[in-house]
Amino acid sequence: MPVPFDPSETFAEYANPEVLVSTEWLAANLGSAGLVVLESDEDVLLYQSGHIPTARKIDWFTELNDDVVRDYLSGTDFAALLSAKGINRDDTVVIYGDKSNWWAAYALWVFKLFGHSDVRLLNGGRDKWIAEGRELTRETQDFATTQYPVVERNDAPIRAFRDDVLAHFGNPLIDVRSPQEYSGERTHMPDYPEEGALRGGHIPSAASVPWAKAANEDKTFKNLADLKALYLDEAGLKAGDDVIAYCRIGERSSHTWFVLKYLLGFESVRNYDGSWTEWGSSVGVPIVKGTEAGLAPAPRR
Amino acid sequence: MTNPPSVTSLITDFNELGVQDRLSLLLEYSDNLPSLPARYLDHPDLLERVEECQSPIYLFVEVNEDDVVHLFFSAPAEAPTTRGFASVLHEALNGLPAKVVLEVDNNFPDEMGLTVAVSPLRMNGMRAMLARIKRQIREKTA
Repeated sequence: MPVPFDPSETFAEYANPEVLVSTEWLAANLGSAGLVVLESDEDVLLYQSGHIPTARKIDWFTELNDDVVRDYLSGTDFAALLSAKGINRDDTVVIYGDKSNWWAAYALWVFKLFGHSDVRLLNGGRDKWIAEGRELTRETQDFATTQYPVVERNDAPIRAFRDDVLAHFGNPLIDVRSPQEYSGERTHMPDYPEEGALRGGHIPSAASVPWAKAANEDKTFKNLADLKALYLDEAGLKAGDDVIAYCRIGERSSHTWFVLKYLLGFESVRNYDGSWTEWGSSVGVPIVKGTEAGLAPAPRR
Repeated sequence: MTNPPSVTSLITDFNELGVQDRLSLLLEYSDNLPSLPARYLDHPDLLERVEECQSPIYLFVEVNEDDVVHLFFSAPAEAPTTRGFASVLHEALNGLPAKVVLEVDNNFPDEMGLTVAVSPLRMNGMRAMLARIKRQIREKTA
């Protein structure tokens, strides 16, 4: 059974305030029936080093991807994973993680591919919880496994493939990578090792809005006015736009996808998870180098 | 390339465990990474940043007059995987003769059975730490 929404005033201005919970709300609701808390981090040892009491770990590297094909879990795999984590289809799932919830948003996006209805993010994530001196534990709690139903993945509404991007030209694209990746100076994040793309640059016409601009210093999401300034005024998105966001493998762009979809309320937003590691190595697709967005080519359908 | 007993026993220790227990062991190493001595705490400029790692980690290598290697690392608590790798390298290599460390297999991090649990980018970071340790040793014994 889902648990009640966080009624915090702070969230009321967003298009979908029910997708966020505050640290206060979570602290008060830990242990509620129907609530499962999941931690999703970039650093796979961080959960073990101390986590929010009752939280279970979800591992983006070993649990959300297919072992062989570059793709996400199948419906059967997802049902097995959620059953093992003791999650029911109608449970409220609150996800939090390191780095401004970057990997938490990624896990949430994968949950949405399977239509899990009530998934929320802890605003400010792991860092805010710790900064407020709240309890962490290394104890894991026993829980009963469940029978999560097999639901086929429904990619089309929120996931874009390479050919969808080629057909999308003329509609807005948001590149959420660093300025150096956007210009083509480098094909990986600053301070991160090289991770295979054969060309540098960006998809023609994509606006550059590095993902972390949507987060405050304390890792919470920026308020509505700031988000509008960033995505509407600066990046030029307009109400009703059909938007595709991308990064390097689709993780940072999940954070932006979450902001556009749930906080700003764009109905049609897709995450292109193939992102630069696919586009930058794909034969014959258009690329722009430098800081200018470039013109959209004719869509290829 | 020849691995000294300290490296082969680490490889055995990790591989004897199931995947989750390997991560627990790595966390134990992370918890036990020796802190920097005062002479480096006061001189962070002496430390070398390992650019290949996703989290900030710094290292410094001393080679004393008997050609014995001493390793020093600094990595934040929020980066337990990186700290764990540093601590494993400390356990495996600290106190060995320089020429023994230079002979260690560059790919031994991949033999620890962690590639099933830790992303390739991170394993790359551990190999990079080893490569930088060796480079500093070569510079200091040249």
